[in-house]
Amino acid sequence: MKEFLMLIRGGQEKYNSVSPEGMQKHMEHWQQWMGGLAKEEKLVGGQPLMNEGNTMTEGGNKVTDRPFAEGKELVGGYLLIKANSLDEATEIAKGCPSFEYDCSVEVREIAPMG
Amino acid sequence: MESRDHIDTTLNHLFRQESGKMVAVLIKIFGTENIEMAEDVVQDALVSALETWKFRGIPDNPKAWLYRTARNKAIDIIRRKKHSKTIDFSDPERKLLTSEYTLASTMDNFWKEQHIQDDFLGMMYACCHPDISSENQITFILKSLCGFSTKEVARSFLTSEDTISKRLYRTKEYFRKHKIRPRIPFPEDINTKTKVVLSAIYLMFNEGYNATHDDQLIRKDLLSQALWLCKSLLDNERTQLPEVYALMALMLFHTARIDSRISDQGELILLSDQDRNLWNKELIAKGSNYLNQSAFGESLSTYHLEAAIAYQHCTASSYATTNWKEILNYYDLLLTIDNDPIVFLNRSLVILELNGPEEVLKTIQKIKNHKIMSTYYLYHAILGEIHERLMLPNKAVEYYQQAIELTQSKLEQSLLRKKIGRILN
Repeated sequence: MKEFLMLIRGGQEKYNSVSPEGMQKHMEHWQQWMGGLAKEEKLVGGQPLMNEGNTMTEGGNKVTDRPFAEGKELVGGYLLIKANSLDEATEIAKGCPSFEYDCSVEVREIAPMG
Repeated sequence: MESRDHIDTTLNHLFRQESGKMVAVLIKIFGTENIEMAEDVVQDALVSALETWKFRGIPDNPKAWLYRTARNKAIDIIRRKKHSKTIDFSDPERKLLTSEYTLASTMDNFWKEQHIQDDFLGMMYACCHPDISSENQITFILKSLCGFSTKEVARSFLTSEDTISKRLYRTKEYFRKHKIRPRIPFPEDINTKTKVVLSAIYLMFNEGYNATHDDQLIRKDLLSQALWLCKSLLDNERTQLPEVYALMALMLFHTARIDSRISDQGELILLSDQDRNLWNKELIAKGSNYLNQSAFGESLSTYHLEAAIAYQHCTASSYATTNWKEILNYYDLLLTIDNDPIVFLNRSLVILELNGPEEVLKTIQKIKNHKIMSTYYLYHAILGEIHERLMLPNKAVEYYQQAIELTQSKLEQSLLRKKIGRILN
């Protein structure tokens, strides 16, 4: 089994116009999906990221008081999953409920020690 | 609808219900002139919850998590607006929010469980101000206290989002202008003010119960919200009035039968043809319980009597063995409280069962000239039924056809067409 990182980007703008019931539904979809992954022992972990942050450039001399990417490009959180191949990880990622809110999901294999 | 105490196993309507309560608390903090500010904070708190919980799972106490988040966001706003005039800090309850020394503790006080409950009910009474039209009352309650989106409210009323936005705007303007202070009424006013709240709840319930909607989901939503609001009144000592118990019983009896009212093909099924095995016995038992609890004090309200009628139907083993005499008795009492022609019309259906079509044709004459009747589909539908039983098929068909033209409900229309079909074949 290999490990893969799923970076989930965007969605924030759309969340702001969703009704409480809509959020609840979305939340339930996440629970089901994550629950399924955990059951198959494919879920390693995941964390949400705060919207705030600093970006350092120019040899660390320039600090910008926001993440490098904004809006649709802003990473909202990540998941670590287990899969046999990039194809399988991609299939898993296709089920991610974040697509309900127009997020994009990037799947990357974690480089092994070799 | 009863299971909000078991949030840990199922989320139920956590987001909706807590959004209503948080809006009420925040309106108390910011003032009724800042309702949008309160709604924005709640939306923000819910979005934060969603973004965090989806990765980390739902916390052990999701309610407390939401309250804490909303509280912190409210503190941020208070700090930012301390020197602006948006929030009226001269109000004694808010004065202590302006000093950093007392801000956090004052804020915490707003979020105590008992205060949250009181504020929620207080908002309910504020929304049901007699100066606000009943449709604006329900619109506002659904939006702010039941956490419906404008779109969901629009679907509930079968109207446009634009209309709903206008209604909400008018109500908010009313609050702003009159600086309404939400609170549970004093004991001397509680009876009269609760009447308005109950009628709004019952109207909301009927919006879901009556067959104007094709969409089952919205209908059940409205029923469960009405039950939830009524239950919140029962959960507070100050608002546990006999009428509240009676309305709760009545709504539960109706809800118990909801699944037998519509066939798999989406057609309306009459009481006489309903499969009584589908009736929810648990809800009927709960309703009976509330009905027993409603029997205190001196007031015998229309809800008591309507619930008593519904109880008779719910506990009859078949249509034929229904205790029509007892039901007639309750209808007569209802008419002494409120001489409502529509109650009289429903009473005539009982006469039809008890004394037959000739007799009912005589009694129904009494309301013949009432102006509501000429445009009321049920009046024509009942006249159709009477004439059908009198073996006057042509007249019956004529009445049924008039009834079809007078109702908006597709379900009612198709039921009436079926009756016509039955006569013509």
